[in-house]
Amino acid sequence: MRRRRDTLKNPEQELHAFRMRSLLAVLVVLTLTGLLGGRLFYLQVVQHEVYSTRSEKNRVRVEPLPPTRGLIYDRNGELLAENRPTYNLTLVRERVDDLDTTLALLVDLLELPEKEAEAFRVRSRQRQRPFQPALLMSDLDEAQIARLAVNRHRLPGVEVEAQLLRYYPDAETMVHALGYVGRINAEELAGLDSGDYAGTHFIGKSGVERFYEDELHGQAGLRKVETNARGRVLRELGHTDPVPGRDLTLTLDSELQRLAVELLNGRRGSIVAIAPTTGEILALASVPGFDSNQFVTGIDVASYRALQENLDLPLYNRAIRGHYPPGSTIKPFMAITGLKEGAITPGEVIYDPGYFQLPNDSRRYRNWLRWGHGRVDLERALAVSNNTYFYSLAHELGIDHIHENLTAFGFGQRVAHDVYGQSDALMPSRDWKRGRFNQPWYPGETLSVGIGQGYLQVTPLQLATATAVLANRGQWVKPRLAHRIGEREVPVALPDTPPDIELGNEAWWDSVYSGMEKVVSGREGTARRIGRDLEYRMAGKSGTAQVFSLGQNEKYNADELKERLRDHALFMAFAPVEAPEIAVAVIVENAGGGSTHAAHLAKAMTDAWLLDDEAPDSDEVREALEREDDRVAEG
Amino acid sequence: MIWNELTRGLRSHPVKPSLSGIARRRSLWERIHLDPWLLGMLLVLMLAGLVVLYSASGQHFSVVTAQAIRFGVALVVMVGLAQLSTTTLLRWTPLVYVAGLGMLVAVELIGDMGMGAQRWLVIPGVIRFQPSELMKLAMPMMVAAWLSRQVLPPRWRDLVVCAVIIGLPVALIARQPDLGTSLLVATAGVLVVVLAGLSWRFILFCAALAAAALPLLWINLHDYQRQRVLTFLDPESDPLGAGWNIIQSTTAIGSGGFWGKGWLQGTQSQLEFLPERHTDFIVAVLGEEFGLVGMLAFLLLYLLIVGRGLWLAGAAQETFGRLVAGSIILTFFIYVFVNVGMVSGILPVVGVPLPLVSYGGTSSVTLMAGFGILMAVNAHRRLLPR
Repeated sequence: MRRRRDTLKNPEQELHAFRMRSLLAVLVVLTLTGLLGGRLFYLQVVQHEVYSTRSEKNRVRVEPLPPTRGLIYDRNGELLAENRPTYNLTLVRERVDDLDTTLALLVDLLELPEKEAEAFRVRSRQRQRPFQPALLMSDLDEAQIARLAVNRHRLPGVEVEAQLLRYYPDAETMVHALGYVGRINAEELAGLDSGDYAGTHFIGKSGVERFYEDELHGQAGLRKVETNARGRVLRELGHTDPVPGRDLTLTLDSELQRLAVELLNGRRGSIVAIAPTTGEILALASVPGFDSNQFVTGIDVASYRALQENLDLPLYNRAIRGHYPPGSTIKPFMAITGLKEGAITPGEVIYDPGYFQLPNDSRRYRNWLRWGHGRVDLERALAVSNNTYFYSLAHELGIDHIHENLTAFGFGQRVAHDVYGQSDALMPSRDWKRGRFNQPWYPGETLSVGIGQGYLQVTPLQLATATAVLANRGQWVKPRLAHRIGEREVPVALPDTPPDIELGNEAWWDSVYSGMEKVVSGREGTARRIGRDLEYRMAGKSGTAQVFSLGQNEKYNADELKERLRDHALFMAFAPVEAPEIAVAVIVENAGGGSTHAAHLAKAMTDAWLLDDEAPDSDEVREALEREDDRVAEG
Repeated sequence: MIWNELTRGLRSHPVKPSLSGIARRRSLWERIHLDPWLLGMLLVLMLAGLVVLYSASGQHFSVVTAQAIRFGVALVVMVGLAQLSTTTLLRWTPLVYVAGLGMLVAVELIGDMGMGAQRWLVIPGVIRFQPSELMKLAMPMMVAAWLSRQVLPPRWRDLVVCAVIIGLPVALIARQPDLGTSLLVATAGVLVVVLAGLSWRFILFCAALAAAALPLLWINLHDYQRQRVLTFLDPESDPLGAGWNIIQSTTAIGSGGFWGKGWLQGTQSQLEFLPERHTDFIVAVLGEEFGLVGMLAFLLLYLLIVGRGLWLAGAAQETFGRLVAGSIILTFFIYVFVNVGMVSGILPVVGVPLPLVSYGGTSSVTLMAGFGILMAVNAHRRLLPR
């Protein structure tokens, strides 16, 4: 019998054994569940009072410790953005008994005007994570802090919190290069890592502050604290230190930046300077600026409206978002395009009768000099800014070649590495026009683009970038604002750098340079006034951009036009020609006096950068400009 | 081959003779091999779990969505596995088991470190998973596969083989080191042996032996593991370090009282001082916000699921399926017990999630895969004379 049991399976018996053991299992399961139920009953019913008290009265809380935001320095170590200790008023809604009473009391204690009191109420109702303090007011003064301290017992859930606040020492000058921080809004809150921003009230809103937000912010720490029933801290139980944000060293030279702003002297405009070989942005000025510190503490409605409604658009960053027709400053780039595509050679001469005509078209596209420049080769065409030469070149090239080659210089694109909010402006093409207007491209439009008018629009940053690439013999280096992030240097070669521009003959670069040099130093140069006492070789090109177009036979007269309808003055330059150290683009809106205005500013910039010993004086430049403004100059 | 099996239920509508000899069409549930009762209760549990998770995650809807997606995947896995026949399961078991062993060895050699323990196997860009999860199913199935071919109750020789089958993966997992999981995997295997009819005397003997071996185990524990046990014995000894979780979780549960503080109203939970409150410690949120009533409701639901599972296991006709199903459902209960016991402070802290409530993808998929196998066992009954 036993042997039989060993060799044959007995399903009946196996099932029985399983059911016996299952029964055992059921008993065990019920017992263990009973044990759990008992434990829960003990915790939640028998000991409920104890735990309830522990939970209510003496609770341990984890508080975020916000990291210190990284500082921002210019290339010489001058502090551009720092953190200033201030006192803020915060409120945890969950701990407040009656919100309206508390707010009324606060408004009373802080002696706030009714307008601000309303903003106060709005802020206290903003969506917050539960039990997180909401920022009601920044930058309390001593008296306010004292009054709050005395009335502390009447204000459960309200805390005065010491905090480091962003401060920009030279805000108006730097704001368009640096950007600024502001209060985190609901939209931004949704996209943030709630842990890392738990104690942070501010976030980069624009510029470098925005682009390098992750680096500048750092990592939050936390501390465990024991609090009383009202959530007030009794003692600290332990903490993890926050990791401060990384400091940023910019390529910006604050001296040069300040000079740029002074030179513009309150006129709407922009100056951008780049070191061609390294891509370092030395100055990124847009005038007028505004005091970004107002945005940190929270700007009042009236001031904000005043900024927004100001006709000079101070909030508008002209350097990176301003769209301007480049005018004649596009001509050097057209020349390179012509040489590269084989449409011209440096020695080739055309005859300018004062206008250009398309085949089978009676319309005359005029040179700015009505009677013409006569025989013109490439260098002279650049020096005297001859339109006929470039009309003819543009016609020969066609819009497709022009589009391709100007795009290679970065026009119509966002090429800067770390400039937040840069615009791509507009480099028109056949496709663009079809998409935008559903119209074919007309040959006359090519001519306009050839002298920097028509649909073509550039930003000052793009013009400076293209000038730097031109000065660099076609070699691309991406413009950048950050030189060093923490300990890490930003490399010269960056990903997505556009391909270099190569010419069939290296000497052609020099021909274009030579033409541009004659602009400032030549007998006929359009900006020869600035070349008189030049201590180094400078290549440049003037330009004027029409704000509105004139009819065919009208004569332009600045005096008859309102100030805001006068032409924009442009100038692009680099120096020294043999080994360029600075490329600069200047745009002065409605300058009126012609492109010479911008040329003076460009020269002041290169002087300041190249002639270390003689600190440039913006007053001298200003005087020269005033003399200049009385004269009538070309276009 | 697998595909044929997966779709067989949907393709064929055989009219089978029943015992009474009267032809009977199979119901829809039978055709898709699912047990409506068990499935219904699991879905209720998942939904309730998502509600608790929303609160436990600090009201992040994205967490709930992510979990729901995992549940979706887990359900698909379950339905898929339910289509396999016991014969197929039996055939694939040794292969999966050996593959699992291989992966455990791979983890040992090239595994990814996470939280101080080597648990993850990563194929970059493709998948990242814990082979120990696979073992939770493959190992008990292997034991059952072996025992089902032997004459039962198991004899000494069988027990030795079973010990090897259980011991290899458990040792590898314990080396990672992941003591909690290794113990759970071991339990799943041992349960199969017990259900197979291990003699009462032997069970008692082993229990005594285990008690005697405790000091030896203690010596071999890692520091953090020892700390957990010590903390369990006296949480107040280290209120900010290892005892933190237990003090906070018992406070949360205790302060919930009979009716609880209400959904999203748990001050302890919402204050974020429960670490892992949406994973292993989610019971604390449940207890605080839904009180004793909510806790008992969840326990009752778990009990019903276990009861239904055991019923299905007992109704299985083949030893292999029966043993596997029984082990799966009892292991499921052990998860519940260990997790609730740990959070409420009657067991030391081991990293075990609350089944289908805690946030986590791998564990949900493994659990639902288990239920899929259970349903497969139930569905493939042949008409044998009893």
